[in-house]
Amino acid sequence: MSASKGDIKVMRSQLGRVRGLGAAKNGVEHWWVERLTSIALLPLTIWFVVSVIGLLGAGHVRMIHWVGQPVNTVLLLALVLMTFHHMQLGLQVVIDDYVRGPAHLATTLLNKGAAGLLALFAVVAILKMAFWAPAI
Amino acid sequence: MTDVRDALYVAHRSDGTIARRPMSPHLQVYRFQLSMFLSIANRVTGIAASFGTLLLVWWLVAGATGPAAFDTVQRAIGSPVGLLVLFGWTLALVFHTAGGVRHLFWDAGYGFKLPDVRRNGIIVIATTVVLTLLIWGIGLSVWAGAPMAASGAVPAAEAPAPTTTQPAGN
Repeated sequence: MSASKGDIKVMRSQLGRVRGLGAAKNGVEHWWVERLTSIALLPLTIWFVVSVIGLLGAGHVRMIHWVGQPVNTVLLLALVLMTFHHMQLGLQVVIDDYVRGPAHLATTLLNKGAAGLLALFAVVAILKMAFWAPAI
Repeated sequence: MTDVRDALYVAHRSDGTIARRPMSPHLQVYRFQLSMFLSIANRVTGIAASFGTLLLVWWLVAGATGPAAFDTVQRAIGSPVGLLVLFGWTLALVFHTAGGVRHLFWDAGYGFKLPDVRRNGIIVIATTVVLTLLIWGIGLSVWAGAPMAASGAVPAAEAPAPTTTQPAGN
């Protein structure tokens, strides 16, 4: 049954209200984590840009040795994890805004899957270079 | 019977009373505004920066694969198309970062007055231009001074199998 408060039409039934149906109740976490990852990415991105400028023209050996420095390994891993988490959250908002019907689930899974796989590729590559560094 | 879309316009304030949500602006009807452009640009640059991460992953995976693969990716990024993509990625990232800081200030409750919105919007654009040019100015000068790069448009043009040699400089 719809109830009316002033000129605002409330179309939610009393039963739906009692059962707590409606929002998925994880919107705040999505919003909050998007902000937290963005704050983490500020110093990480600045560090990364400065580091890449220092690495311009570097060959493979210098690249491996750079990644192999423990501080660089850790910061690179942090950068990659924060980047793909933030990216996936941001793209999901765009998907929620524009994609309707069954395509919504498909694009959501594609977004989460691609972000997860890219993050794994990057993490494995960083770790492989880090453990490779002492050998060359 | 009311329009079912009305249901989507009902919101609850934190004190429990109900409110009617504002309608999104119609791009076809609204006059162009700076804040409108910056809002759209924040989303577009976020999407663009997402695709740019493919370059990052390719670079990292190539480094983990070996000298030949790393040389290939360095040549690709050093090619005219590669540099254009990298410049676009830099621009998108810098704008999204500057715009993101603006959003964080809003989230903390600052900068909502109309003159402030206009001013910090202009600051975002100015920061984007200055930082992007600064990054590329320093980057290109470092790259020009890097070994082998001065002779051609290819960075890190090392032999495909550098086992012991390490480039001089830096």
